[in-house]
Amino acid sequence: MKNQSTKDFKDVVGGGDCQISEDVISSPSPPRSGGLELLGKQRKESAERRPERAERAGASESLGRGEVVLRVQGGSQLDDQLAVDREYNELLEPVDYDFGLNRRSFVQILGAGLLLVVSAPALAQERGGGRGGPRGPKNISARLHIGTDGIITVMCGKVEGGQGARAEFTQAAAEELRVPTSQVQMILSDTGLVPDDGMTVGSGSTPRTVPPIRQAAASARELLADFAAKKWSVDRANVIVRDSKATESAGKRTLSYADFARSEDAANLLNQAISPDATLTPVTEWKVLGTPVLRPNSRDIVTGAHKYPSDIARPGMLYGKVLRAPSFGAKLTSIDVAPAKAMNGVVVTQDESFVGVMAPTSFLAESALDAISKTAKWETVAQPSSKELFDYLKQHAEGGVLANPFTDEMSKAAKGLRQSYQVAYAQHTPLEPRAAVAEWKDGQLSVWTATQNPFGVRSELTRAFHIPEDRVRVIVPDFGAAYGGKHTGETAVEAARLAQAAGKPVSLRWTREEEFTWAYFRPAAAIEIEASLDKDGKLTSWHYVNINSGAAALESPYHIGQNQSRYVNSKPPLRHGSYRGLAATANNFAREGFMDELAAAAGADPLDFRLAHLENPRLRTVLQTAAEKFGWKLRAKNKSPNLGVGLACGTEKGSYVAACVEIEITKENQIRVRHVCQAFECGAIVNPGNLHKQVHGAIIMGIGPALREEVRFENGEIQTVSFRSYQVPRYEDLPELDIHLVNRPDLPSAGAGETPIICIAPAIANAVYHSVGKRIRSMPIRLTT
Amino acid sequence: MDATITFTVNGKSRTVTTDPKRPLLDVLREDLQLTGTKYGCGEGQCRACTVLMNGKSVASCITAIADADKQSILTIEGLANGDKLHPVQQAFMDEGAFQCGYCTAGMIMGTVAMLKDIPKPTDADIVSRMNRHICRCCSYPKYMAAIHRAADQTRKEAA
Repeated sequence: MKNQSTKDFKDVVGGGDCQISEDVISSPSPPRSGGLELLGKQRKESAERRPERAERAGASESLGRGEVVLRVQGGSQLDDQLAVDREYNELLEPVDYDFGLNRRSFVQILGAGLLLVVSAPALAQERGGGRGGPRGPKNISARLHIGTDGIITVMCGKVEGGQGARAEFTQAAAEELRVPTSQVQMILSDTGLVPDDGMTVGSGSTPRTVPPIRQAAASARELLADFAAKKWSVDRANVIVRDSKATESAGKRTLSYADFARSEDAANLLNQAISPDATLTPVTEWKVLGTPVLRPNSRDIVTGAHKYPSDIARPGMLYGKVLRAPSFGAKLTSIDVAPAKAMNGVVVTQDESFVGVMAPTSFLAESALDAISKTAKWETVAQPSSKELFDYLKQHAEGGVLANPFTDEMSKAAKGLRQSYQVAYAQHTPLEPRAAVAEWKDGQLSVWTATQNPFGVRSELTRAFHIPEDRVRVIVPDFGAAYGGKHTGETAVEAARLAQAAGKPVSLRWTREEEFTWAYFRPAAAIEIEASLDKDGKLTSWHYVNINSGAAALESPYHIGQNQSRYVNSKPPLRHGSYRGLAATANNFAREGFMDELAAAAGADPLDFRLAHLENPRLRTVLQTAAEKFGWKLRAKNKSPNLGVGLACGTEKGSYVAACVEIEITKENQIRVRHVCQAFECGAIVNPGNLHKQVHGAIIMGIGPALREEVRFENGEIQTVSFRSYQVPRYEDLPELDIHLVNRPDLPSAGAGETPIICIAPAIANAVYHSVGKRIRSMPIRLTT
Repeated sequence: MDATITFTVNGKSRTVTTDPKRPLLDVLREDLQLTGTKYGCGEGQCRACTVLMNGKSVASCITAIADADKQSILTIEGLANGDKLHPVQQAFMDEGAFQCGYCTAGMIMGTVAMLKDIPKPTDADIVSRMNRHICRCCSYPKYMAAIHRAADQTRKEAA
């Protein structure tokens, strides 16, 4: 396939459709469609702190110290889902809700047994279909509903935050049902309606939710065929389903989904189990999957009609604000709420340190909060600052900084290297800040909010308010992105507290400053690496320790002789959690930077050095593709003043990526990324348009923490609280982009929301070295202080 | 002290009696239920809240409602002509330009204003004019393509 790369910026970003031929999709300009993805980071699982998760997993056992091992049966995708949910549902400090003294009486007032089931399919799910859970629903009716108008409504517990799930699920159902996508309607993440498909994390929707949706749709398709065969008294083999209807092979008679839905038997038939034997469409016969289907609700996005969580309005609704501490760990000692109470229309609630105000307008609520904030007295405690962060993390590493066990290899090596790498805290800062609208009605709590974990937030609410699950409904409208930052339900709980106090629905939307300060962060990393080379430039040992940031992509994909890669906890000064790609960015930044250092020590070209240590054919393919399309050999040799080229590769979550970049050092000694050539492979491509957007979005998003984004804090106070001081990528940061999607129809589809972000930072650092001969081992990568 | 503000929103005359210091954004969203215009930062740094005031792009989060008195405001809800999308909306949709879509309304309104001044923008023009708009999903390449498509379409319709 011909590389369409061009130096003409307009052509690079301009129109033109994505080309698919052979196995590589090369397109400087992404094709049509919609998407972005969300994700996490990992911490030591705490079964002790989260007993309900272990219980839910069923066949699990505690090994003490909070470790849980699942007895995996069959190693299915669904078991993977459980493991992923465990991995991602691990924030540092689970919020312990213990407020309100009259819980018991409150429950008594509510009475028991009011069920929020509002649809026949959900009822079926309750009665016989199983509750779902990460294993998904058992019955067809819990997954899809066939309307008498022929519209097929598919229900799914995953969320849409821009990553493209809605389009992919629609395609999955349409493909197996043999209907156009316009005949499929998706209901996502309304806990009153949909099955629990687990959290929307870990690039999991494509590998773990698309298959069960396909299976349910294929089961429904078979039902239609069986039903038609029976009705016509013909052999089942003489009926095929195509163009939205069952057709007798002689071609005379047809029966549509609408016809089926109108029959008396439909409800009973749909209430049967999803058949594991219903045949899925092979990739070679895909007509809807594998195509660049647009996000189904695109029109509502461009007209402003779509209601994001922060747009939801309920009758009589008030706007709420919550008092925040001036710094982490500060405790409220006193406050005078009288000035707010004196304001016309303002409602104030105080429950120990939780202070909230509500008013008919958010401006008035803010004025009321300002008035009482001035009277608040706080007891602060000393906290670390970002200046001392990395020493602090090392000092507090659990078990200390682990020693290299391969001292023998080091002593007999031709060359040995040891270096420290660092990654600063980053913030997701999705454009829609955390938001929730809560409404209590007849003892029922409904919350509209943005979260990647709707059923988890429902659990949080039941714990917080001591009410049964069937009294809580969490609805997640398609929301303004997360990138791993919206796993928790703190905003939902706050809004519900305010609504309870006001006796009216309350909308709570965090400010940008709150989002920068009180949302959790991508963890900072302190990484130590030591490796040895023999006289032939081959790696003989490798010792790698990640302190604080996580174990994602911890293991090296290279052949590295004796090796040990470890992750150790520290005592993080900030509340940290998931972020697109988890620690795979930090671990690839350190590993790929260090591989470059080792290549230089061995006197080898960075590409040759990597390939000499790399066997994995999928990773080799993307690395070679990116290098070839970029013209690595020539560009690495021919150095131009103020320009540099670098490369990096890596694998995570079952997908493979490599990036070659060209950077420029400006007169002001700033680094500017001029060109990124990235190859990416994630098995069979489900939606090339959406995939393109995931990949280019990840690359550009990754430039932020690579070059500029850094959370600065002093004594527990976050100093980067606006887009002025925390500078995310903008139009001016857009480099020339060549994206090469390697399609592997022979392999299962993996998710793509995260992995495309992991190579950009190390490739930039390596390009800086190529340009000015200086190794920068910290993110953000800067030549100036 | 409340003030009475009369202004035109999407071609209709509207009157609100409210605190004149309230941001135009809040009045649009909370009083007029025009929630297509988004809050992103509250300080004019991200432009998710962009609306047109007398045809010019403004950040409604830092525009006091008092300053909108007797002015004409166009929001994303007022852009389409019945069922027919504005060429910029159509281009953004055809291109599948957005990911989460939260910045899209602001991006579209900013584009409408830009194309009035520069009917055939270069990439450099787009970067210069649109740089104040943040897309956190970083769908900038698709937005660039959509803006060029919108410019072509607008010129075609004018011709």
